Amino acid sequence: MKPPSFRYFAARSADEAVGLLAEHGAGARVLAGGQSLVQEMNARRVAPEVLVDVNPAAELAFVRQENGTLSIGALTRTSQVESDATLDGSLTGLREAAARVGHVAVRNRGTVGGNLAHADPAANLPPVMLALDAEVVARGSGGDRSISAANFFLGPHRTALAPAELLTEVRLPLPPEGAGSAFIEVSRRDRGWGIAGAAAVVALDREGGISDARIGLSGVGPTAVRARPAEEVVIGERPSAELWKAAAGAAAAALDAPPSDVHASGRYRRHLAGVLVARALAAAADRAERRN
Amino acid sequence: MHQEDIVIVTLKVNGVERPLAVEPRRLLCDALREDLGLTGTNLGCEQGVCGSCTVLVDGESVRSCLMFAVQAGGCEITTVEGLASGETLHPLQAAFWEKQALQCGFCTPGFLMAGVELLRRNPEPDEAGVRAALAGNTCRCTGYEHIVDAVLAAADGAARERTFAEEPEVDVAAEVVAREGR
Repeated sequence: MKPPSFRYFAARSADEAVGLLAEHGAGARVLAGGQSLVQEMNARRVAPEVLVDVNPAAELAFVRQENGTLSIGALTRTSQVESDATLDGSLTGLREAAARVGHVAVRNRGTVGGNLAHADPAANLPPVMLALDAEVVARGSGGDRSISAANFFLGPHRTALAPAELLTEVRLPLPPEGAGSAFIEVSRRDRGWGIAGAAAVVALDREGGISDARIGLSGVGPTAVRARPAEEVVIGERPSAELWKAAAGAAAAALDAPPSDVHASGRYRRHLAGVLVARALAAAADRAERRN
Repeated sequence: MHQEDIVIVTLKVNGVERPLAVEPRRLLCDALREDLGLTGTNLGCEQGVCGSCTVLVDGESVRSCLMFAVQAGGCEITTVEGLASGETLHPLQAAFWEKQALQCGFCTPGFLMAGVELLRRNPEPDEAGVRAALAGNTCRCTGYEHIVDAVLAAADGAARERTFAEEPEVDVAAEVVAREGR
């Protein structure tokens, strides 16, 4: 179908976008990559009165590493993260997750900020941001505030952003030297919508023991979630197949009613979450070992 | 529709600047097809899933059903009409011909644009790379095998250059004219 009519405003800066959002109120939506919003407009599931197009705001597209922090501008295309070799090393999992956000043409347009702000429970980047302890920067008419990823996702397509706030960037502390990360998902078709996904970051100490581990899961609840019980199982231990299996069991057991839909039953999602936790931990630990 | 809702935008399509007056809700695919008459770009699902409407915007593949025409002002847009050079097919089009990589042809423009982008980014892809790059395009006829073969053949330079003029036997219009004397 064709989208309903709307009033269109091109914002050439983040501040201009924030001003337009404040001026037009609750009927205004931010248009970034459009890979979810325009689809929903075409299907007439949403009909915003005003679209504030942030694509001209080039200042929002960047990937920077400085002072131990990685900052990614909200307008950075998923394909840019996927192909950014400076993220190799401890952030390989972020590249892997970006490389699986839909197909090439979707990644060419879809943005990091859009993937987070759309807050789809099955999206790839939210669990990665949970595992990387990221914070989201939101700009409103009163200035910037930061929201931890743990507090950002409130429910399916619901976030802590106020209606007139713009997600401008995501920041995360670089994992320690010698950490490894991975993202793995299962979908019915290659790069199709994920049934469930797992992101893991594993840091090893000098003796090869696991000094830190963080795990994020997608597709198993109303938002992406941390798999803390699985993290507790592995921290302080040495990597082994048995350990990953124990973590898988802990992750699966701790889930609160994974959803059932046409793609998979809740029971299957619970099983899958465990399998993915084990695989993501194994891959992240393997990468960490190679780097040490 | 109010007059003030009309936006003037200039699209540069296949190297030619085309000024347009459109509503903001005009999708890029509809501007190309309805306003500019470039009907080579086909619309399948209109929800970003099938890949039929894939065009290149500043060299990168996009779903033209998920972009508004007003967003494409100042961009270089390439559609399937921009691939051939006069009578000479683009090497990937020639490879599709050689390998019989189409049946009904509806999805073909989208596959060609995705394939052109792939070969520009990676001139020597392996089969897995081709399949990954084309995974966002749906074909309901071919089973994909010949499409993958064609992209690999184009990468190998195996498909020889071919022009329409070399193929008088498939010039249906000329046959009709000859038969019916029109």
